[in-house]
Amino acid sequence: MSILVNKDTKVIVQGFTGKEGSFHAEQCMAYGTKIVGGVTPNKGGQEHLGQPVFNTVREAVENTGATVSMIFVPPAFVADAVMEAAAAGITLAVVITEGAPVRDMQAAKAFAVKNGMMTIGPNCPGVITAEECKIGIMPGSIFKKGHVGLISKSGTLTYEGANQVCNEGFGITTAVGIGGDPIIGLSYKQLLKMFEEDDETHAIVMIGEIGGDLEIQAAHYIKENITKPVVAFIAGQTAPAGKRMGHAGAIISGSAGTAKEKMDALEAAGVKVVVSPAEIGKAVSEVLGKE
Amino acid sequence: MNIHEYQAKQIFAKYGVPTPRGMIANTPAQALTNAQELGGSVWVVKAQIHAGGRGLGGGVKLARSIEEVKTLASEILGMTLVTHQTGPEGKLVQKVYIEEGADIADELYLGVVLDRAKEMPVIMASTEGGMAIEDVAHNTPEKIIKVPVDPSIGFQGFHGRELVYGLGITDKDEQKKLINFASKLYKLYMENDAEMIEINPLIKTASGDFIALDGKMGFDDSALGRHPDIEDMRDISEEDADEREASRHGLSYIALDGEIGCMVNGAGLAMGTMDTINYMGGTPANFLDVGGSANAQTVAKGFEIILKNPNVKAIFVNIFGGIVRCDRIANGILEATKLVDVHVPVIVRLDGTNAAEASVILKNANIPNVIAATDLGDGAAKAVHAAKGE
Repeated sequence: MSILVNKDTKVIVQGFTGKEGSFHAEQCMAYGTKIVGGVTPNKGGQEHLGQPVFNTVREAVENTGATVSMIFVPPAFVADAVMEAAAAGITLAVVITEGAPVRDMQAAKAFAVKNGMMTIGPNCPGVITAEECKIGIMPGSIFKKGHVGLISKSGTLTYEGANQVCNEGFGITTAVGIGGDPIIGLSYKQLLKMFEEDDETHAIVMIGEIGGDLEIQAAHYIKENITKPVVAFIAGQTAPAGKRMGHAGAIISGSAGTAKEKMDALEAAGVKVVVSPAEIGKAVSEVLGKE
Repeated sequence: MNIHEYQAKQIFAKYGVPTPRGMIANTPAQALTNAQELGGSVWVVKAQIHAGGRGLGGGVKLARSIEEVKTLASEILGMTLVTHQTGPEGKLVQKVYIEEGADIADELYLGVVLDRAKEMPVIMASTEGGMAIEDVAHNTPEKIIKVPVDPSIGFQGFHGRELVYGLGITDKDEQKKLINFASKLYKLYMENDAEMIEINPLIKTASGDFIALDGKMGFDDSALGRHPDIEDMRDISEEDADEREASRHGLSYIALDGEIGCMVNGAGLAMGTMDTINYMGGTPANFLDVGGSANAQTVAKGFEIILKNPNVKAIFVNIFGGIVRCDRIANGILEATKLVDVHVPVIVRLDGTNAAEASVILKNANIPNVIAATDLGDGAAKAVHAAKGE
């Protein structure tokens, strides 16, 4: 088992024939992901990477039975693409694109929720179930199959964390990069619940950063609901207040959203909090012992 | 992106949000002409910088004669204004806004920001106008009224009623005026892709009119492409020159006050690297995210910007290649050592996509200053030692 996606998941790509879409779709297919087609308006009927291209998501879903969409369209078209996926009955949209306007995502997320579609991202590395299905831009080779679930706002910290977990000999069930934008799809809470319910997952690594209060909400949720060991790291302890650190969401306003606050809340919830990402692997090893 | 008060007020005026009349000046002479043109007997001379707390810092002064406008303008123009939002280095004042005096009966606070938990804009209001809203939120949270507005229905009558009853406004005419004010503010927040609007204070005049005495606006950078009129309001002099230079080359850079330069891919790992350096007893000199499309030129540029800072005693290059390919970074380091005088030790940790190729490239080049590291912890430790001259 795993969460969200597995070797049988049928995936389409929105923005299939573009440069980024093509490159990463090919990488995903090489990893074993069942990419069954793609969508690029006005290119319907063509074939790309050995798979059919459709004009609309609805057509793609009807013809391929896909349930998941990986979205690579340019920022200005992200909201449209997400809403099209939701309207066509896609159950999970993974939005890789960076730089989508916040107001657009607000509307798109609300529509997705109304239509029962889950979203991951935007501005994220995607989701990977180790050695089964990669939907995103992460280097697949570092994700070895195992028993640790991983949730991260940051892309490269996802790789850093997964790499350490695998080097310690534990491996990953599923890793999800949720993105650091002000409005995102699935967040820690929903994913923690999924990992808690997944028998294959024995421990959870949660990587957060300054800004917002998702990690605080997660801490409250963990305290009440999560029985599996959780290891956490919060990036930005040394970030100066008020400075923007690349991610639109990583802004400290007043006292809310500091790394310290989040670390304290997680510790109070019984989470093993590390002060450097270099300690993630060791901490997992400590909470799981030698399996 | 942030804009000045006078620019925010131009946008307010376009939407019919009442503001005092005012004119911008770059020189004391212009300030004097402005005051004459505005007429009246009292003027306010206001420093235009992208930071709050200007009044306390001495950047907002009342003038009771035309001559005093000129004197105050010459004092404020060219001063380095230090407020709780500028940092100790302060900001140079290059423009002053000359505004007609207002007749203040009461001071309120009104703002619009994104509520990330509710995932919709929230209108914030308080009777405690003129005070730092952070302090009000901390000391008397019950004095802050929050009215979330779901964009799918927009600003409705009930939003307005929650606002005026929350503020204790009982006069029917005043209620109508404030609801009208707030609905226009919400409209301009949405239509301009604002990230935040803050009016502190929003004043009530003796005749019961509401006027935006101040105005702060910030915008969603990702949406500026569809607002060329707002992009035109950008004031380059308010932005750090090195940060701008970096962003022109696809790098995200923020200067800090430590000794170890950092070059990392991804904002999260960049912050995590800074945290690790700190944890190991060193101090980061900067945040630098090389982004997803790093190549030899961007890496060379990154070195150049990092090394402009005379405090840098070592550089830690920490790359976990996903989209970024490590061999390109390795070539970038070679390139950089040819283009820039890299006179400090460079600790290099390359992992992920094409890391093996990268390691061969660096080994063969055999650059004296370059020290290889095996992982994040090892790299940070080596950088801390190198910065201490060990």
